[in-house]
Amino acid sequence: MQNSVHLVGKKAGFFFLLPAIVLISVFLIFPAIWVLYIGMTNETLTGIHAANPEFVGLKNFLRIFNDKFFYNALRISLLFVFGSAIIGQAGLGMTLSLITYRKSAKFKSFVQSVAILAWIIPEVVVAYLWVAYLDKDFGTLNSLLNWLGFGKVNWFYDYPVLSIILFNTWRGTAFSMLLFSAALETIPPSYLEAADVMSTSTWRKFKDIILPNIKSYIFTDLILITLWTFNVFSPYLLTHGGPSFKTELLPIYIYRNAFRYFKIGYGSAISTVVLLINLALALIYLRLSRRSSK
Amino acid sequence: MKHIRRKLTFLEISRYIVLIPIIAFFLAPIFWIIVTPFSIRPSLAITLGKPTLSNFYRVFQNKIALLAFRNSLLISGGTVILVTVVALFSSYVLSRKKFKGRDLLLYVLILFSSVVTGVAAMVPLFMLNLKMGLIDSQLGVILTMSGGLLPTSIFILKDFIDSISITYEEAALVDGSTPLQVMFRIFLPLSSRGVIVIAMLTFVNSWSNFLIPFILLRSNTQYPISVAIYSFFTEVGVPDIGMISAYSLLYTLPVIIVYLIVEKKFGFSFYGGLKA
Repeated sequence: MQNSVHLVGKKAGFFFLLPAIVLISVFLIFPAIWVLYIGMTNETLTGIHAANPEFVGLKNFLRIFNDKFFYNALRISLLFVFGSAIIGQAGLGMTLSLITYRKSAKFKSFVQSVAILAWIIPEVVVAYLWVAYLDKDFGTLNSLLNWLGFGKVNWFYDYPVLSIILFNTWRGTAFSMLLFSAALETIPPSYLEAADVMSTSTWRKFKDIILPNIKSYIFTDLILITLWTFNVFSPYLLTHGGPSFKTELLPIYIYRNAFRYFKIGYGSAISTVVLLINLALALIYLRLSRRSSK
Repeated sequence: MKHIRRKLTFLEISRYIVLIPIIAFFLAPIFWIIVTPFSIRPSLAITLGKPTLSNFYRVFQNKIALLAFRNSLLISGGTVILVTVVALFSSYVLSRKKFKGRDLLLYVLILFSSVVTGVAAMVPLFMLNLKMGLIDSQLGVILTMSGGLLPTSIFILKDFIDSISITYEEAALVDGSTPLQVMFRIFLPLSSRGVIVIAMLTFVNSWSNFLIPFILLRSNTQYPISVAIYSFFTEVGVPDIGMISAYSLLYTLPVIIVYLIVEKKFGFSFYGGLKA
């Protein structure tokens, strides 16, 4: 009887769910599990192992631990995440959200839309923007520096990691800014009004009122942007991993192995490592968000 | 009082001293794309001069450019329709039915959708499409992108449907409407805001995606804009900056328009964080 006043019955409910389950299973869950298996073969895209890949067990995974290019990529990825996500995006996002906090809606939406613009432009276009911006001879940045009396800087060649860190900070700050702005709105206004009356210093207000109230949001933000930044591919469009592997992030290293050298098996093994790091970060995130929703 | 006011102005000034360089940092790289498409001698430098439309004219003369526009529309359109319809049906059930294992299903969904990114899974996604004969086909791109975008869309829509009271549907059913009538006359209009949000989100994401079509497509007649943009060279083999910049601007416009609509209708906070 209960079901008769429902729009869909049990059977129909199952068929409503089915397309989503099939699509997600085939194109999201299966690849993540299959990659473990491919990572244990010596499959290639061309040559003898393309048709008949052999099972090689953990050989690829053991090779990773002696691969100096893997360590190079891991080191650059860590630098990239630390510099562009944790320092750059979270730092700048916090600064912007504090600058617009308790200000007029107009001011806030102007400041926010500037950062959001950098966030929504398609990544290919963003890559062209930054190639033009940082160009040694014609780039806008060097023209500005020149105008201020500084010499030309060959950004991509002399400061490759800094270049992609600046790029990704510019690209992704909007998310942290929006999240922190939303977090600041959850602080009861009376807290800060009381502090205003007592003319508490700005620093004390930040340290004693703002920070403790938005701490959980900051953790959530740091985990999410770490996860996302770790999985960013766009620096490839700026530098192709160069010069001489100096900006080769883990995703670019996977790409090079699988699609430039056609080593599908080895590329899958590195993918597995990246997926495991993602899994660890996602589990921390889910635990955090569960705790805060309780 | 005087003391407080002086302190406030000092704070105001330092606020702008911090803000102005940040605004400049965000805007400086963008000027190039506003100026260069209209430049007679387009280069990586920002050159002002008499504006021209010749770069756009050349874009519309280029076969690959036009084909890529059509391909992008096909891929994004296909992905939007597939994701929206599939998400609508499944999130309806996930919201309205309390069945065994539902929470586990939701947990698995959110976990896999954050772990399995296109970047981390590019090798198995390529192999999967290869084995299914979907390499160099837009269907493969659509299905692969849909699989990645579905979980987020389902979550947003489920949250949205949770907020619509079930009493409307029940009342209409008790009144003797058929389930189909209730679906189209009552439920769909009520949930249209949520559907629009996920449709726009899916559009922006699939329109901008570079990696998936880059690894799954082979021939330049299949490429969407994000990949085809790398095929514009001048007769001497250097990138054709004029065409690239004009094409980039045209490519960016739909995304900006969607943003403005979302901003106007919902406020961006609703959209914030939803970019997968």
